[in-house]
Amino acid sequence: MADLPTWRTIDHACIVFNPGNAAEYLTGDWRSMRPELDQEKCKRCGRCWMYCPEPAVLVDEEGKYHIDYRYCKGCGICSKECPYDAITMVEECEDGI
Amino acid sequence: MGSKRVSLEVSEVCAEAVRLADVDVVAAYPITPQTHIAEVLSEMVADGVLDAEYINVESEHSAMSCCIGASAAGARSFTATSAQGLALMSEMLYIASGLRLPIVMALVTRTLSAPLSIWGDYSDIMSVRDCGWITLFAEDGQEVFDFTLQAFRIAEDERVLFPAMVCMDGFHLSHVLEPVDVISEEEARDFLPVYRPKYRLHPSDPVSMGCFAMPDYFSEIKKRQDEELKGSYPVILEVWREWEERFGRRYAPLMSYWVDDAEMILVIAGGYAGTARLAVEGMRKRGMKVGLVSWKLWRPFPLDDVREILGKAPLVLVVDRALSVGGAGGPIANEIRAAFYHEKVRPQVVSMVAGLSGRDVLQRDFEAMTKRAMELAERGEIPYYEMYGVRE
Amino acid sequence: MKEIRLHGRGGQGVVLSAKILASAAIEEGRYAQAFPSFGPERRGAPVVAFCRISDEPVITREPILEPDIIVVLDPLILRTIPVKNGLKKGGLAVLNSCFPPEQAAERYGFTDCVLATVDANEISIRFLGSAITNMAMLGALLKAEPVVSLESVIAQIEKKMGRIADKNIAALKEAFEEVRVAEIVSA
Repeated sequence: MADLPTWRTIDHACIVFNPGNAAEYLTGDWRSMRPELDQEKCKRCGRCWMYCPEPAVLVDEEGKYHIDYRYCKGCGICSKECPYDAITMVEECEDGI
Repeated sequence: MGSKRVSLEVSEVCAEAVRLADVDVVAAYPITPQTHIAEVLSEMVADGVLDAEYINVESEHSAMSCCIGASAAGARSFTATSAQGLALMSEMLYIASGLRLPIVMALVTRTLSAPLSIWGDYSDIMSVRDCGWITLFAEDGQEVFDFTLQAFRIAEDERVLFPAMVCMDGFHLSHVLEPVDVISEEEARDFLPVYRPKYRLHPSDPVSMGCFAMPDYFSEIKKRQDEELKGSYPVILEVWREWEERFGRRYAPLMSYWVDDAEMILVIAGGYAGTARLAVEGMRKRGMKVGLVSWKLWRPFPLDDVREILGKAPLVLVVDRALSVGGAGGPIANEIRAAFYHEKVRPQVVSMVAGLSGRDVLQRDFEAMTKRAMELAERGEIPYYEMYGVRE
Repeated sequence: MKEIRLHGRGGQGVVLSAKILASAAIEEGRYAQAFPSFGPERRGAPVVAFCRISDEPVITREPILEPDIIVVLDPLILRTIPVKNGLKKGGLAVLNSCFPPEQAAERYGFTDCVLATVDANEISIRFLGSAITNMAMLGALLKAEPVVSLESVIAQIEKKMGRIADKNIAALKEAFEEVRVAEIVSA
């Protein structure tokens, strides 16, 4: 508790002065199932990107989609929505990705 | 001095104060008896005499939401409502206070339904007693004018940053035409400069407002909110002192009359205080040692003033225009009782509930309640409360 | 302090006439208060408005229960509304009635008062084209008892009534001339 603010030091009205700092919170370790995207099957329709609630689907300069494993919670919505079965959910193993 | 005396309906007086405050945003939904304030302000905006955005909202919840958004963006914002309208916006009242946004609201007090009633009492304001707004009770049109302008100045003070509401009795004040001294535009600008928000939503220096707090933060935030709302007290007194210096009218959290040697002090908030003053004056002339307190500052609760002033008399009669149904009677009476609980010397407190839903309380009623309070105290049989004049 | 109670119907300008009286007094540097009987506003429904004029600040919020003066804007409500209630002994009643005061007193049971009557319906229809009698009744009141000056009231009418001010001022002046006043002693 030592590092938590007291009522005297807590920010006025709980205002967040460095907005967007939720990005510092990496939620990728919540995951028990991991989406794996098969670039061969992917038609770049963008549904995974649209449906991902996090957002943990990124698009690169070439228009290719990638899962951002720093934030992906493994909910599986992308896999469910993908019309080309390009995303498969696989179990996370103890020995890492 | 640029002040001049005008004859206006008190609702128009309120709107005139808002115009002089040069607000940026008005978001209000019409409801009886607040309607004239919304009407006059929308006319002022339409006629170009008030350079503000008038947002036609579909409900009071939206009215307060608009004020919150506007105020967060740095706009001086105003709304007005009554009764059910206040109930509908009550969720947003807590948010305005929690976000520390200096919105000003006129509350034209009216009874909460059911049964449906458009007449006045204080059940609406008492239902949002704990929402964290600075709350003032006006007694006449002059106070409505003065308090409305003062409310902006107090609310926007960087040591305060809380929303503030000015309560005026529905109909018994809002619909009465009377003389009021209004200040000039120059005087208003001088007293209330342009609002320069310390915190606001702006793309050049972004912040997040209204984020969520975990249990390990919430208590600290509430404690700070409570301490800082109480901390607005000296600022309110400072603004009142300045107002007196500028315009010659003096205010105090509890305005008291004939209390120093009083054997009983009558306490009342709002418009009926005038009639009560005449009643007390009459009793004084007949040799009865009665005093009067007209309550002005409800939140922050003026604890020290209550103890100092009401502690002067052995008996206090509180006339509440609201009832805590299923509770212990009048809300003001019970806060006074709580204020004295740990005091060694404390007055007996008689709680009378009267004037519900606009029922007139006449001078002779105040005299009858005084007599009754003295009787109850003498017999040592003070009940939680009595409802004065109710048909048995 | 003079306490005036005005009776009429929604739409006849009862509340406005109380406000004009009070504003005229305030403009004269005196104190005054005007307010309606509180409630929903409905055209045709009986309406009461109150006006206090005083040399001291008016601080009471009581309704006027014992008026010095009553003004009745509509002849028909004399039959249905107890307008006399509380009128002080020797007080003034100003009625919109086509009958002279003595006859009106007998007809409506007024005693121990000063009675003023004027056919405000006829005057209002003549000048305004409708039986909105408020300004004619103020003219009658001011002749029977100058609670404020005629000039102050005219100034307020000009301020508050805009383009219909002239016709109303004409009706006010006509009633001021036509009103008949009589002292009514007990029957």
